Amino acid sequence: MEWLERNVPKLVLAPSFVAILVFVYGFIGWTAWVSLTKSKLMPRYEIDGFGQYGRLVASPRWDVAMDNLFIFGALFIVISMVVGLMLAIFLDQQIRSEGVLRTIYLYPMALSLIVTGTSWKWILNPGLGIQEMVRGWGFESFTFDWLIRPEMAIYTVVIAAVWQASGFVMALFLAGLRSVDTEIIRAAQVDGIPTHRIYTAIIIPTMAPIFLSAFIVLAHLAIKAFDLVIALTNGGPGYATDLPATYMYAMAFSRGDLGQAAASAMIMMMVIFAIVVPYLYSELRPRRDH
Amino acid sequence: MKSVLAASTAMFLAAPAMAEPSAEVLHWWTSGGEAKSVAVLQDQFKAEGGTWTDMPVAGGGGDAAMTALRARVLAGNAPAAVQLKGPAIQEWYEETGLADIGDVAGENGWAEVLPPQLAEHMKCEDQWCAAPVNVHRINWIWGNKQILDANGIAMPTSWDEFNAAAEKLKAAGITPLAHGGQNWQDATVFETLVLGLGGPDFYRAALIDLNPEALTSDTMKQVFDQLRTLRGYVDDNFSGRDWNLATAMVMNGEAAFQIMGDWAKGEFLAAGKVPGTDFVCWPAPGDGYLYNVDSFAFFEVEGEDKQQGQKLLAKLIMGPEFQKVFNLNKGSIPARTDVALDEFDDCAKQSNADMNADAGDGSLLPSYAHGMALRGAQAGAVTDVVTNFFNSDMSSDDAVQQLADAVAATM
Amino acid sequence: MTTNTMLRWGLYGILILFALFYLMPLFVMLTTSLKSLEEIRTGSLLALPRAITFQPWLEAWSSACAGTQCEGLRPFFWNSVLMAVPAVAISTVIGAINGYVFAQWRFRGANLFFAAILFGCFIPFQVVLMPMARMLGLMGLAGTIPGLIFVHVIYGIGFTTLFFRNYYVTIPQELVRAARVDGAGFFRIFFAIFLPLSLPIITVSVIWQFTQIWNDFLFGVSFSGAGSQPVTVALNNIVNSTTGVKAYNVDMAAAIIAALPTLFVYVVAGKYFIRGLTAGSVKG
Repeated sequence: MEWLERNVPKLVLAPSFVAILVFVYGFIGWTAWVSLTKSKLMPRYEIDGFGQYGRLVASPRWDVAMDNLFIFGALFIVISMVVGLMLAIFLDQQIRSEGVLRTIYLYPMALSLIVTGTSWKWILNPGLGIQEMVRGWGFESFTFDWLIRPEMAIYTVVIAAVWQASGFVMALFLAGLRSVDTEIIRAAQVDGIPTHRIYTAIIIPTMAPIFLSAFIVLAHLAIKAFDLVIALTNGGPGYATDLPATYMYAMAFSRGDLGQAAASAMIMMMVIFAIVVPYLYSELRPRRDH
Repeated sequence: MKSVLAASTAMFLAAPAMAEPSAEVLHWWTSGGEAKSVAVLQDQFKAEGGTWTDMPVAGGGGDAAMTALRARVLAGNAPAAVQLKGPAIQEWYEETGLADIGDVAGENGWAEVLPPQLAEHMKCEDQWCAAPVNVHRINWIWGNKQILDANGIAMPTSWDEFNAAAEKLKAAGITPLAHGGQNWQDATVFETLVLGLGGPDFYRAALIDLNPEALTSDTMKQVFDQLRTLRGYVDDNFSGRDWNLATAMVMNGEAAFQIMGDWAKGEFLAAGKVPGTDFVCWPAPGDGYLYNVDSFAFFEVEGEDKQQGQKLLAKLIMGPEFQKVFNLNKGSIPARTDVALDEFDDCAKQSNADMNADAGDGSLLPSYAHGMALRGAQAGAVTDVVTNFFNSDMSSDDAVQQLADAVAATM
Repeated sequence: MTTNTMLRWGLYGILILFALFYLMPLFVMLTTSLKSLEEIRTGSLLALPRAITFQPWLEAWSSACAGTQCEGLRPFFWNSVLMAVPAVAISTVIGAINGYVFAQWRFRGANLFFAAILFGCFIPFQVVLMPMARMLGLMGLAGTIPGLIFVHVIYGIGFTTLFFRNYYVTIPQELVRAARVDGAGFFRIFFAIFLPLSLPIITVSVIWQFTQIWNDFLFGVSFSGAGSQPVTVALNNIVNSTTGVKAYNVDMAAAIIAALPTLFVYVVAGKYFIRGLTAGSVKG
């Protein structure tokens, strides 16, 4: 009985433990195994070696996908953070109808890109959307044709991704701003320190954990970005906007090249590992305040 | 709500005492005319006392449906009938086995009414394992009649003539070619050129046998050169454009031509246009006929009722009545050769005549772009190179080399 | 003073510009859904409708074809509700208890385990499709709504645990210690002390999970069977026609209808969302 009492917390966690062990790590292990086989349409289990990884490295399309992941990931995370922080600070200035604006900024997170993909496609298409509209206003030389230029198309994916996630980041930062101790700010104002200095020197440094949380949410979205590309460009023009997630899906499901898909999944997982583990380490190291 | 309940009860009650035919059908014809075409089959199935469980999964030309199919097979409950086509049928047969519907085929004399080449696609190691519903012709050129007449353009019989016509249109300020920059559309144009410039034997060597010499040959370089020329006839905003928007450009007179399979006809007809008066359907220059045959394959299922369902379904799919109604809806022509075509339009009649003629001389060929000629991994490797070529300034020399390398990597 | 007013005007200007940017896609969807197909074919896609029609909305809701069944989105809506509500509830409850343990009942290896759960948040879902299909088949849950609930709970635990754990660490451990001295047990402390404090973070967890689960397509399309397909799969069936004629107005109306529940949740509960985040979930 006393044993039970003492071990209740562990027993409570046990089901989650088992579930995660099987459905996350077990499946990663399964993927690793399949990546070493010549699986085509369905999984096969005879180990064949590292041939799939060799094919992956030799594939020009995979090259493009990895490059895109870094371009897209970096821009998406940085721009979303900057826009989110800016909007949060602006909204924090006793803005009238803050509630309405906040809802408008936040709502894209509620929509799946399967839903908004088509309208983004139209908006960004030079012949149908913004370019055509602005030219219609008389600015004949106005050009906004990133969607159709292979070397620029990935940036349109960034635009749509920022549209979706920056409002959420804004909410995180706004919450952070609101939880900064008002006493300190008031004291600073009494001392006559200008507002922008109060932000850069006092408020923003106290929000370090929020930057970290925002980073992790955004990194998670960036790596999983899949619907976005499918809905907006479907990887095109050509395969200029392919990302590892779309590459993997194409290999696994449209092409029946499962071993290749598994190998690409393993590389993706390693990238995730390299990003997430340092975060987890910093997040979970013993804290001074406890 | 009611229908959901009905459908789920149907599933749970799927083991009745007497074997009433039942079938779960996985397909990706989910909307508009396509859905109505499948509904015809469903009605016939029900009229024969069968229970039809609909499992529609659209998206990506069947990609999503194939995802669902894998999940179902791994979970151990494959649907009774699945929309599958081309070598994928035989590929699935090798992985999981497929049901033998030979007795249905024998009773109904399929061998006599199907062109032998199409029949081959329906067989797995000499046993019948799939039933065809239609034949789409891929290598069509669609044109806006008014524009063509106004510019005095007649049907081109070679690609040089096509280029000359396009230059004329370009000079007149009309976009010569409407095209959507999606990889399967790029591939559709590419294969039309491979057949048109190289001829049937070259097409077979390059896109069916994947012969490395054919892939790197001078003929293949010419194909890429012509593809580059065609790129110059397409407007700048083509990226990501759906095929039907490209068709609309032809309809509205913004563009003169489109190279597309005969589902484009459905779009014209839906807008009330008349073949021969408002638009023309011309076989693409060159000899030969590229086909896409949609079909249903039958997975191995347990239970008398389900097996009965498969047989009934196979019989109905190949039934003359269904083949007629379905294809009138969808714009294609029946797979069986003994269906009267009186109610079909002129484009369909020409398609049928060409198919029969080309079947005789070996120029009736499976479309690679629509998954009829190659297995997924290899077709995908070819498409990657084609679409990258079309969307960059790669040289034809580089393209043929990349093509050979990409294909070799999937062997 | 005047520079200040100008600054203020500039501030509002920027905020409104951004609002327009965020509203743009919704505007396109709404206007398109109110146009006739003829107008879409001939007019500019971004223009306001010349003649408003609600026919596409009616069609999307009750008569558009998603397969051979032409009853619009209506029947599938209920499937999504049956899937999302239990999945959100169960994953939130599990997350709350897990978070409570991780925050207040530290044991050896707890941090490592927590890290392992968090890493699970990042696994790309495409990776788990095939082995999961096999597992669901073995468990007899393939093609059913309980199967979908199971999958969403498993892959939701990571985030919900993170939310609750980060929230509960801000509650002083002395509270737990005092309660234990008074003889209160594990569950007693949870229900009497922690649960009453949890409303803000429950809101966050519910909003996040509901959005994720309602909008999911990949699991829905892979693990549902005939009769259990969620609304996103039906939406996809309506808007995706490979070789058929596209009715963009119906597509857009259907897309908005499918998104209404999540939109509703964000608009109504958005305020609490910020409040919940403020209450500590982001402090780490």
